[in-house]
Amino acid sequence: MSLRGKAAIVGAALAGCGEAHGKSAMEITVEAVHGALADAGVSLCDVDAIATCQPLDMLSGLTLAQELGLNPRFTMNNRMGGSSFLSHTLWAAMLLELRLADTVLIAYGSNQRTASGKLMTALGLPTYEAPYRPMFPLSSYALAADRHMTQFGTTREQLADVAVAARAWAQKNPEAFVRDPLTREDVIASRLVSDPLRVRDCCLVTDGGGALVMRRAETAKDHPRPPVYLLGGGEGTTHRDISEMPDLTVTGAAQSGAAAMEMAGVRPSDIDVVELYDAFTINVILFLEDLGFCRKGEGGAFVESGGIAPGGHLPVNTNGGGLSCVHPGMYGIFTLVEAVRQLRGEAGDRQIDGAELALAHGNGGVLSSQVTNILGSEATL
Amino acid sequence: MEKGPGPDAVFAAKLAEGVFEIQKCGSCGTHVFHPRVICPACGSADLEWVTPSGKATVYARTVVRRKPERGGDYNVVLVDLEEGVRMMSRVDGIAHDEIAAGLKVIASIGEGADGQSAVVFRPEGGAG
Ligand SMILES: [Zn+2]
Repeated sequence: MSLRGKAAIVGAALAGCGEAHGKSAMEITVEAVHGALADAGVSLCDVDAIATCQPLDMLSGLTLAQELGLNPRFTMNNRMGGSSFLSHTLWAAMLLELRLADTVLIAYGSNQRTASGKLMTALGLPTYEAPYRPMFPLSSYALAADRHMTQFGTTREQLADVAVAARAWAQKNPEAFVRDPLTREDVIASRLVSDPLRVRDCCLVTDGGGALVMRRAETAKDHPRPPVYLLGGGEGTTHRDISEMPDLTVTGAAQSGAAAMEMAGVRPSDIDVVELYDAFTINVILFLEDLGFCRKGEGGAFVESGGIAPGGHLPVNTNGGGLSCVHPGMYGIFTLVEAVRQLRGEAGDRQIDGAELALAHGNGGVLSSQVTNILGSEATL
Repeated sequence: MEKGPGPDAVFAAKLAEGVFEIQKCGSCGTHVFHPRVICPACGSADLEWVTPSGKATVYARTVVRRKPERGGDYNVVLVDLEEGVRMMSRVDGIAHDEIAAGLKVIASIGEGADGQSAVVFRPEGGAG
């Protein structure tokens, strides 16, 4: 039995992206839920399973049920960091296929920008790392970038080109938080934080939320918008702390991507549009390699000089990504919402012509959890 | 399993007395760090404490940039011990910019962020 094409996203919405002054994380989450239900043409009382992950609320699934006045049959609160939401879609598809639920809601929201202006996390430094004061999570990614540069000759300029591409996409997205011009030179001249990463290698700190409604494929066309089918998914977990990562140049995306593509019956060259969790510039290079869009060690050359920018050979992070569009702490759900918009043809100036097949990929922890979803339009079933 | 403190507490107690030890699996021979209850290679609970050679090679490094008034820059590295385990640490006695993957280093007991004992490294041969 395969989950390929068995469930679909029938509603999607964002809320509070950028700055949502005076709102709590859960209020932003519920605004996104309200939008996604309206988009799906589904009433709240039809929701019978929910999934969420909120970094500061251990029991966030219960909080969401309470806020919505729901008594769900299933409450999913699995928390692997920013990748959680791409795992939620897989569990949703399983519940739907087994007829244990009929309408699944996945939601997230954060007010970290207006509440604190920095990453809000309940995580402390790991016991065996704390004595050395790494910046969390920045230094973990810096170590991965350093190793990639050492091992494969990846350059400072190539890292910068990831940020430049994200900004070029953001300039086509009126909802993106930062849309000023950004050059390779600007990135390389920005403040050094934890070598080799500079300020412009790092994702934004914004508010924002997103929500999705999923139903079985057989009823997916009963909704106002074109369904976006879940064709494949896979996970990979390699460690929790960066000092325990077996090889800093190979992430669990190699496992998650292969599993997702096998389920979907597609190859990297089939994918029309790619949405990756770009917490830092190095992430994009690592994930493009591990997901099979280029060979290991060649990610730097792949992104160089506009390779993933508008007009390049592969459109990556068409909303502007966590680097330039929105990053409220856990970016995963935003990869899914942008993939839905692209596959529905709703992406305006940044729309990829004829986009039928999208890959969304989430990262959790410090390159620790990787989850890949392959999504497709009706034409791909 | 034996009663008494777990491997984290045992490691910390040894370190506080200036002793750096890692575990070795009595079943499959794999060295283990961080300290664990069972061997991640084979699942055996037969882990004994052994003294590593202290020889290691830098695997990756970063330098956290801090203004002088906030304590100045400091390095953070991942090192691979000769026994095949990796750990986070810091390399003392050398300019931050001269630390790179491949640098041979040797362990000693130094001071961590809060003044507690911590395993730190210096370039092999006492450079700098
Ligand atoms: Zn063993």
